[in-house]
Amino acid sequence: MYKYDDYDQQMVDTRVEEFRDQVRRRLAGELTEDQFKPLRLQNGLYLQLHAYMLRVAIPYGTLNSTQMAALGDIADKYDRGYGHFTTRTNIQYNWIKLDDTPDALADLAKVEMHAIQTSGNCIRNISSDQYAGAAADEVADPRPYAELLRQWSSFHPEFLVLPRKFKIAVIASEIDRAAMRLHDIGIRLVRSDAGELGAEFHVGGGMGRTPFIAKKLRDFVPIDQMITFAEACVRVYNRYGRRDNKYKARIKILVHELGLEAYAREVDAEFAHLLTQPIEPPLAELKRIQGFFTDPPFAQETGGEVDPDDRDDPDFRLWLDRNTYPHKQPGYAIANVSLKPIGGIPGDATSDQIRLMADLAREYSFDELRVTHAQNIVFPHVKKRDLYALWQRLDAADLSTPNLDTVGDIIACPGLDYCALANARSIPVAQKISERFGSAEKQAEIGELKLKISGCINACGHHHAGHIGILGVDKKGKENYQLLLGGSEGADTSLGQITGPGFDEDGVVDATEKAIEVYLANKQGEERFLDTYRRIGMAPFKEAIYG
Amino acid sequence: MVDVQFRFRDDDAVNDPAVTVSAFTEQSNATAVRVEPGDDARELLPSLDRLALVEVAFPNWTDGRGYSSARILREAGYTGELRATGDLVIDMLHHMRRCGFDAFAPEKPLNPDDAKVAFERWENVYQATAVDGRQPIWAKRHPA
Ligand code: SF4
Repeated sequence: MYKYDDYDQQMVDTRVEEFRDQVRRRLAGELTEDQFKPLRLQNGLYLQLHAYMLRVAIPYGTLNSTQMAALGDIADKYDRGYGHFTTRTNIQYNWIKLDDTPDALADLAKVEMHAIQTSGNCIRNISSDQYAGAAADEVADPRPYAELLRQWSSFHPEFLVLPRKFKIAVIASEIDRAAMRLHDIGIRLVRSDAGELGAEFHVGGGMGRTPFIAKKLRDFVPIDQMITFAEACVRVYNRYGRRDNKYKARIKILVHELGLEAYAREVDAEFAHLLTQPIEPPLAELKRIQGFFTDPPFAQETGGEVDPDDRDDPDFRLWLDRNTYPHKQPGYAIANVSLKPIGGIPGDATSDQIRLMADLAREYSFDELRVTHAQNIVFPHVKKRDLYALWQRLDAADLSTPNLDTVGDIIACPGLDYCALANARSIPVAQKISERFGSAEKQAEIGELKLKISGCINACGHHHAGHIGILGVDKKGKENYQLLLGGSEGADTSLGQITGPGFDEDGVVDATEKAIEVYLANKQGEERFLDTYRRIGMAPFKEAIYG
Repeated sequence: MVDVQFRFRDDDAVNDPAVTVSAFTEQSNATAVRVEPGDDARELLPSLDRLALVEVAFPNWTDGRGYSSARILREAGYTGELRATGDLVIDMLHHMRRCGFDAFAPEKPLNPDDAKVAFERWENVYQATAVDGRQPIWAKRHPA
């Protein structure tokens, strides 16, 4: 894991002081709310329906036990004893007082954390693959590259007031676990035939009211030019991105309106110029960062497996089969903690649960945790023989729901319960669906099904990318929900299609059930919901839902 | 014209009236030009040596195009006064300096004490901008 040196520490400490000063000026009336707003936004502080919300960055979703425990303590000290993990692998606190925020940030800085650029029209927290460094299929650990990008994008003097927010993801495997193609820039690390590492750049992906899948901009940027190329991409966007309409300001619209070729030409010209400028950090810096991401000291002695006696525990077996993933190291597994208990609020965890996960990471996972964009937590390196003990501890804290990637593992934005922009509530819909399909048998029968809910067109709940997506809209002052089918965010990224007229809250739950029935009736072999949908098309679903 | 409140140059202040970018490229012997957010600063590059002052306008500080304009001019070797004018805010002053601005003419004068703190706040920086002469953190980590 990356560790701050004095420079990094000084940067976050300075930011805390700056923010403290901004809050002071705001409280003293030197700044109006209008002037303060863009400043606080650059520091992750939103004004929601009932209170301020503070969004804390978890760079590329990786954190250690000390940091995790601190997140739990902050939930107790400044919030109401819980936190909400988000689809951007950050954590949000929903009940923060303005005059407390500088102290909360100071507490975070003590454990090398911050809220820098977690909102506002700037380059946001860099995201990555939650299995980085543990999955067998990566060409390199993507996190050092994400860290390099984090430093480059932090307080980048030219890119602090872009036309709109800007999200970057870095992955390093064929399987895309980070929805890379739904980012403003998606980078996939690749190896050339000669064995050289390079960066494949994708540009212009995003959700929101006009969703786009990113287009491939470059097959191979040499790794020692990656930062310079990113700088060229963002400069072209900063200069030409639309600023007249906030709904047309994302880079996806620029790429769409200019056309990929024209955008690429501009980037190439800018890139050629920027290569003459000393922008790129030396490879020695990348090496230094890579030094923090070497493998933990895996036990070599055995290719240990789960004890067969433990497998006899049926609840454990369900979890084992559903929530663990193969590790690159024999004898180890990647263990997922679902923050989606039946009927719960997706992504929420209490301070006690957060601290427990911190302890368990220390005991069982070399002090490391990950946050996933599906709002779950990962223990990346667990000995298979320890899985049962780990599971028992999780089970005792209501953290053992065996529903990873099933219909119960719902992504949902905060919606009208918290968000000032919302048209409809997301959380109660998620809770009702989770309850309706809650039984383990039902979930096993349905298998992998990614269900995503947004409370408005801004699509924070990624509804376009759900195998089943639900979008809250406003219909003559009433909450109404549209149903979408066929979205996906992996290597086979696609955007969901709307089934037809919308529903009320219970109606959309019923319609979801009907769609699932159509799948189960038509499923062939090992087909997932998405596969069946792609094979048979929308018509049978429509008929069942509206017929 | 708005008064310059902060200036980081030793030469005499330039007070020539600034013309628009199109006026400048079409004629002229003007030595001062004003770049609006939608203007392409690259149009000035062929005649940088004639210029003593470039004003970059910020009708609204949250429109960040002027930052790119500034860097583009400095990267191309412009050494004259680069003045930010308009809706300037304390908290961006330091970043503007980094993009190459060396004079600041805010519409509404800024609190000088707060501004001084802001200009000096960041002892270290992560990026090399090539235009502010500052060593980025990575260069300090790996001295040549
Ligand atoms: S999708 Fe809409 S309702 Fe949900 S969090 Fe985003 S802005 Fe708020």
